[in-house]
Amino acid sequence: MSAIIALIVAAVTFGTVLMFGTLGEILTEKSGNLNLGVEGIMYMGGAFGLAGAFNYEQAVGAASSSGLLAILIAIISAFAAGAIASLVYGFITITLRANQNVTGLALTIFGTGVGQFTGEFLRVREGNFVALSNHLKDSFANPIMPKFLQDIPILGKILFSHSVFFYIAVILAIAMHLFFVKTKKGMYLRAVGESPSTADAAGINITLYKYLATIIGGGISAIGGMVYIVTTAGCVWNHAGLSGVGWLAVALVIFCLWRPLNAIWGSVLFGALMIMYLRVRIPFIPTEIYKILPYVVTVIVLVFSSMRNNKEKQPPASLGANYFREER
Amino acid sequence: MNTSCAIEMRGITKRFGQVVANDSIDLSIKRGEILSLLGENGSGKTTLMNMLAGIYQPDEGEILQDGLPIAIRSPKDAYDHGIGMIHQHYKLVDVFTAAQNIVLGLNDQKLDLKSINAKVKAICDKYSFVIDPAMKIYDMSVSQKQTVEIVKVLYRGADILILDEPTAVLTPQETDKLFAVLHNMKADGKAVIIITHKLNEVMEISDEVAVLRKGKYIGTVKTSETDPQALTDMMVGHAVVLNIDRPKFEKPVPRLKVQGLTCIDHEGITKLDGVSFTANGGEILGVAGIAGSGQKELLESISGLYPVKEGSVSFIGGDGKAKELVGMTPMQIRKTGVGMAFVPEDRLGMGLVGSMGMTGNMMLRSWRKGKGIFLNKKSPEDLAKKIWDELEVVTPSTSFPVRRMSGGNVQKVLVGREIASQPKILMTAYPVRGLDINTSYTIYNLLTEQKMNGVAVLFVGEDLDVLLELCDRILVLCGGKVSGIVDARSATKEEIGFMMTTLGGKENA
Repeated sequence: MSAIIALIVAAVTFGTVLMFGTLGEILTEKSGNLNLGVEGIMYMGGAFGLAGAFNYEQAVGAASSSGLLAILIAIISAFAAGAIASLVYGFITITLRANQNVTGLALTIFGTGVGQFTGEFLRVREGNFVALSNHLKDSFANPIMPKFLQDIPILGKILFSHSVFFYIAVILAIAMHLFFVKTKKGMYLRAVGESPSTADAAGINITLYKYLATIIGGGISAIGGMVYIVTTAGCVWNHAGLSGVGWLAVALVIFCLWRPLNAIWGSVLFGALMIMYLRVRIPFIPTEIYKILPYVVTVIVLVFSSMRNNKEKQPPASLGANYFREER
Repeated sequence: MNTSCAIEMRGITKRFGQVVANDSIDLSIKRGEILSLLGENGSGKTTLMNMLAGIYQPDEGEILQDGLPIAIRSPKDAYDHGIGMIHQHYKLVDVFTAAQNIVLGLNDQKLDLKSINAKVKAICDKYSFVIDPAMKIYDMSVSQKQTVEIVKVLYRGADILILDEPTAVLTPQETDKLFAVLHNMKADGKAVIIITHKLNEVMEISDEVAVLRKGKYIGTVKTSETDPQALTDMMVGHAVVLNIDRPKFEKPVPRLKVQGLTCIDHEGITKLDGVSFTANGGEILGVAGIAGSGQKELLESISGLYPVKEGSVSFIGGDGKAKELVGMTPMQIRKTGVGMAFVPEDRLGMGLVGSMGMTGNMMLRSWRKGKGIFLNKKSPEDLAKKIWDELEVVTPSTSFPVRRMSGGNVQKVLVGREIASQPKILMTAYPVRGLDINTSYTIYNLLTEQKMNGVAVLFVGEDLDVLLELCDRILVLCGGKVSGIVDARSATKEEIGFMMTTLGGKENA
């Protein structure tokens, strides 16, 4: 029993990383932009988020550093890095109307490079070791819920023993869901992603919506990279662990059928699939088999959702296509 | 200035690159009036209206509303001026409900379904529509979608409505309903412009008719003072003598026999309906019709690219034996030895690979011939050189990407390749579209040469003057049905124009 609970807790920890990546990409894709640069964006978010927190602590000193402020600075640094990278992507695809797939892949290559460079630069500059004080590490990774909630048998562990980032991600997912289905702006954004010419004819500023969704989405995805570094990786630049997470987030967007609420349980499920090899060992089965599980599940979901041909469960109709009003 | 004109367009010119889509057009529409904008496809009707709707910007000319000049820079501007256009391809979000689509982009209102529904209902009652605001667009029929579009435009307070071929996808009953609604709008003092090429509808619905031809404004007449024949004349123009050389082949023999060919597209719309004809070797059979009357489906179903619902297509070989082609893939057709060549309408899409050179494109026809896994480049290279030489293709080399050649040269490459396969049947769709006069004549001569070699040539064209001078017989399509087959040497332009717009014209062949 305790093994299962431990698996779920670990799944949530890794799932939080995926949830940010996925939510950001859902927002971007809802505007009709397929940003395949998530991998690169999450690298950048990880490196810049860590750098932000580290520099903050260096500036004020370990003793007087505030955990809350460190969290905020890490989030803002990561968000800014992702937003700037996505702004470049947006300029190339929205304004210059270049191919989205190619641009996204280029951003992945660029972003992993920048992230890796920044992370390594930080390490080398500080004499081979970037260390945050334990006090800050704790404020990033420790549970924030009150003790009595955590002490509830079973449920306490499963629901209330997580870091602050998990709850932020869940709130973000719910907020995004409400934005899409309840607000006018959310409806307009969906219209842009479904049929830009319709939205244009209705007087919606397509370019603005696409830019904002892409930039904010990229920023949110980048937070995921930061969360990985400051929680799972223990505040140390670890590119190996972050590698592939962005692609998983892209797969997860499909798995969630572009719905933010699905991202909550989808991320935890994928998180579980990703760490299974550490916790559920079956002899003679190589770990690589476990690691492909998330992708296999995505393919199965895609096959079923395509076969059922439910109009509500399809990607945004104009996903990947650039819009030009005077096109004939 | 006559202020009763809701909208006046003066000297509007719009160019797309080299092509002049609208050439100094004047048009005006009054309130409480229905104006039909009539013209063949490609005459610039939709382009002109798109400038009112804010999709395109005119290069020259001005637009006046109630006598005052206005600028329409975006679809939003158009709405602000009370102009609403119902496009041929509906601008609706499939996964939204009717109500969501109707209020899309309206910033001054809350997303309050109750008040929206009430307002929608008021509009529906006023003009006798029926829609369910909570219904999703993807669950709707075409006619229901159109209704949503119209309500959407009215909801925004438009008093100038433009409908682009609104009846093209409607059943006769639905068309009657639509016309009743349009009459209600007219009675309500709205100005309505309807783009169409169906003469009977023009006569039925409109007060005035404006005619465009090849991007030029021909004139406006009162519907009560005209008749379909006069409108056809305005639409197709007077016959122009082209002096295309048309020798007569001595003994035409039946080569292709099509019987009762019926095709239905994936949306369930009948594209071809019981088409029957025989194409003879040594003859150019022209295919005329308003664009979208089934020309594309006809050629594609003969060549095995389009699924056939019913009917037969049989190839009659030199020995007089008939071979059924329906149900075969293009590859199987080729393997059975039926020499068929197809010059598609979409040259760089279906015909050639734009980024390859001439040699590469020749290889598309012959890549199976190489030995083992390697391509045989020698013979396609020779063929490319031959075409380059004989057809005077202007290109720096045989490896120069065809996409970067001019339209005429692209067409020469394509026609040259197809002819080189020594077909028994040569099908061409709009082979001279966008080409200059000289290249057009080169293509005409090539086709005539093939005819004199005993090839059965099918020529789908849009210019009636060319059809009348180049072809031996002309098959006229109207709404997927054969309106008639005429002798090109004796038929008149008016006769064919009338058959294109009215099924049967005179008689069924």
